[in-house]
Amino acid sequence: MTMTTDMSADSYVTADGRTIGGVVMDLKNITLRFGGVVAIKDISFDIREGEIRAIIGPNGAGKSSMLNVISGFYKPQEGEVWFRGSKRPPMRPYQVARQGLARTFQNIALFDGMSVLDNIMTGRLNHMKANIFQQAIWKGKAEREEIANREICEKVIDFLEIQHIRKTPVGRLPYGLKKRVELARALAAQPSLLLLDEPMAGMNVEEKEDMSRFILDMNDEFGTTIALIEHDMGVVMDLSDRVVVMDYGKKIGDGTPDEVRNNQDVIDAYLGVAHD
Amino acid sequence: MSQELVAQGEFASVPALLARNVKEYGDRPAYREKEFGIWQSWTWAEAAKEIENLALGMLALGIDRGDYVAIIGRNRPAHYWAMVAAQKVGAVPVPLYQDAVVEEMEFVLDHCGARFVICGDQEQVDKVIEVQEKVKHIEHVIYYDKRGLRKYDHSHLHWYKEIQDEGAAARSRLEGELAAREAELHYDSTCVMLYTSGTTGRPKGVVLSNRNIVESSKNTAEFDNLGVNEDILAYLPMAWVGDFIFSVGQAMWCGFCVNCPESPETMMTDLREIGPTYYFAPPRVFETQLTNVMIRMEDSGDLKYALFHHFMEFAKHGAGEKFGMPRRKITTQKRTFEQKIRHGFRYAMGIGFAAETIIENTIRLGFAKLRHGKKAREHFKARDPLGLKLYSGKAHEYFKYRCGDVLVYGPLKDTLGFGRIRVGYTAGEAIGPEIFEFYRSMGINLKQLYGQTEATVFITLQPDGEVRNDTVGVPAPGVEIRLEENGEIFYRSPGTFVEYYNNPESTADTKDPEGWVATGDAGFFDKENGHLRIIDRAKDVGKMADGRLFAPKYVENKLKFYPDILEAVVFGNDRDMCTAFINIDLTAVGNWAERNNVAYASYQELAGHPQVLASIQEHVEAVNKSVAEDEMLSGCQVHRFLVLHKELDADDGEMTRTRKVRRKIVEERYAPLIEALYSGKSEQFIETEVTYEDGRKGSIKATLDIRDAAVVGNEQGMAAE
Repeated sequence: MTMTTDMSADSYVTADGRTIGGVVMDLKNITLRFGGVVAIKDISFDIREGEIRAIIGPNGAGKSSMLNVISGFYKPQEGEVWFRGSKRPPMRPYQVARQGLARTFQNIALFDGMSVLDNIMTGRLNHMKANIFQQAIWKGKAEREEIANREICEKVIDFLEIQHIRKTPVGRLPYGLKKRVELARALAAQPSLLLLDEPMAGMNVEEKEDMSRFILDMNDEFGTTIALIEHDMGVVMDLSDRVVVMDYGKKIGDGTPDEVRNNQDVIDAYLGVAHD
Repeated sequence: MSQELVAQGEFASVPALLARNVKEYGDRPAYREKEFGIWQSWTWAEAAKEIENLALGMLALGIDRGDYVAIIGRNRPAHYWAMVAAQKVGAVPVPLYQDAVVEEMEFVLDHCGARFVICGDQEQVDKVIEVQEKVKHIEHVIYYDKRGLRKYDHSHLHWYKEIQDEGAAARSRLEGELAAREAELHYDSTCVMLYTSGTTGRPKGVVLSNRNIVESSKNTAEFDNLGVNEDILAYLPMAWVGDFIFSVGQAMWCGFCVNCPESPETMMTDLREIGPTYYFAPPRVFETQLTNVMIRMEDSGDLKYALFHHFMEFAKHGAGEKFGMPRRKITTQKRTFEQKIRHGFRYAMGIGFAAETIIENTIRLGFAKLRHGKKAREHFKARDPLGLKLYSGKAHEYFKYRCGDVLVYGPLKDTLGFGRIRVGYTAGEAIGPEIFEFYRSMGINLKQLYGQTEATVFITLQPDGEVRNDTVGVPAPGVEIRLEENGEIFYRSPGTFVEYYNNPESTADTKDPEGWVATGDAGFFDKENGHLRIIDRAKDVGKMADGRLFAPKYVENKLKFYPDILEAVVFGNDRDMCTAFINIDLTAVGNWAERNNVAYASYQELAGHPQVLASIQEHVEAVNKSVAEDEMLSGCQVHRFLVLHKELDADDGEMTRTRKVRRKIVEERYAPLIEALYSGKSEQFIETEVTYEDGRKGSIKATLDIRDAAVVGNEQGMAAE
């Protein structure tokens, strides 16, 4: 693999003129096993401040497992996860969330019976400090907190253009909108690193376009660092600054979309060659 | 506001009206917009400040007198402010349709020579940047919503709020200039330029003067008693003259509040939250809402379903008109003690009877359920409460309406967002009689108007209490109307436009030197009440063999109001009687067939079914009866008709893509059928070529029944039978 961008430097400038900062998350020699099955085999890569980082690969390549390792849901048997310059001890997902990570899920994981607004408010949970008694009394701290958090949620709603379904129960929404609500919930947490697991799966072209615009705008407006898994190659190549390619739990490519596109291993993995 | 003040020119422009509103209603709300889930509002004083800052900012950018400022975006206070700010600096605002494609936008921006463009968001900015490659005179683009625009080249691109800040900073330097320019505005200077939608050829820029806007707003506001307490929802395209009159003209004249929805999708929710008192919507909107109500009622519980139908049936037959209409004027005076008592009594009675109705009908429904089980809905009819029997005649009707108001009309109006409407208008096309009646019977003062951009909207209006479904009302205050020999309508009014911008030929074609403007529509005045009735486009109106007026569209519309009839084509130009082709609506008739166990295999079979033909015949005869009521159009009664064996289709060239019938082509393709209609035959064989959606061709053969319909009056057409 050849890299045109100097990975050792603290920052680099993308093709469209954004400056990408230093390393936010560094994954070193991660290996993840489920019993005898090796899902991820000795993979290292990093995610930098302000970039859109894609993880791609054929089915069963270990992409979602990788995301689950980053979000703290799976604990790798070997390897280290470095977040903002310090090694992350084994953590529970909620502790990871408090560190400023948010994610969406491949299979939508929203509260069906709750309204869109309430679902998005749950994204603010980690930022609420009022205890149960203060909540019961309501006046004072709990109310102030609710208003402040609601304001942030409303900004997200405005940003993702879902005002018209604010009060609609999530269960009644079509798939494309549910995906958007899930993104809204993740965004409401104001994460410094946002993980998107197949944000465009099952969407039509128009919905994909909308979603791509939101992802780019999010990165642009809030400077959110984004790591995403996606199957649609066109989308990945257009959106992301750097791409990691996985196949059978191994990393087979890493670099800018152009580099990855011309990488022989990647072409083989996608077009298929005879495996031993 | 009295006539003299206007004559003195004190309120001779929109900025002058704004200044008055600041002085008189300074702390009343002028604009509201829902943003971040909350209604944000601006008082007249605050709005004036925003407008002034923007105007100063545009001065600092070097805007000249007479420049054109294009405004593209959805209804937002900031965009309305931009229009007034442009007027303040002596420029002319040109609102554009925000959903226009680049080519359309390019034509308009090129034609008006705009140096300044104000855009709502990134989508519009992108379009303008694309247009800029060809249209070189666009100098500055100002946008309101920052999102996604951070990385754009900002040498000629400005953020709205930054322009305002720059304006505020340069106040001391430019204040004098602004005041001078504002003082130069007079009654005949251009107020706004609006482009027609251009369905026929290129869009034309209609120049409207301050006189047009202010006079029209004043006259119609007085006509409908609009005051400072009104609330309107601004949701119609800003480029349309109606929105300019309602949201700028009348709002400025009366000083009422303009409410902007959060986004186009939330319109219905916002409508409900605001509850406008003055409302305009095209017939299509009312139609969709009615359909939604009907569908939701089908899904509701048995009691609700029965009560809804019981009370709607009652309100239809005049009771709504009699008891339901809102009072003409909102009184700000405190009620006297006696009035309070009377008011309280009225409501107490309403609530009392409502409670009685619910109790009685719940018990009866319980018995119906015991007897019929799940089929109770079909057998159960709601009934008035026994208590109502104590009253008779008018009192009975009155209390029944009040009771219905508590149970059905009130909650329904509230759900639809029409709870507070005093004046509602619809225009643009004919509205179905049931739709119109439905809303009016609930106590919504829905009226019709007739107008066009060139007239600054208003040509005729329906006065309160004289509303009918088939007329468009009396001439608006100050409007003179003249009818030509062929029925074409001409008008002259204070609202008559100045000219088409840079298009003297079209101006001369439309407007004669005396100021009469041709509408292109044909109509006549109803003898009974003097209301204008529109029948068709003037060029489609013909003459029958004996010289009587032939207005096919008028009859076709009447036929199409029946849900069974999808399309109708009426013939009769230069003939001695009228005949018609009819297309059935497969959904409606198919539904009917299912419910009545009528088996059918194809459209053709259903269309030829004797029962279907019989019911269509009933419709045609009913239409004949209503057509006969107009002396002028009585010749247009349909003597003979047939139901076509295939739907008229755009793929076969029989219709335009917008579903308008191409009369000529239909006449050619079905010539044998027309011949048969006029020759007195009772059936006719026809073979037609059809084009399938994939382009293949085939043919359909059929033998069609031709039926005679009864006509009203001493007609020689009876001889055909």
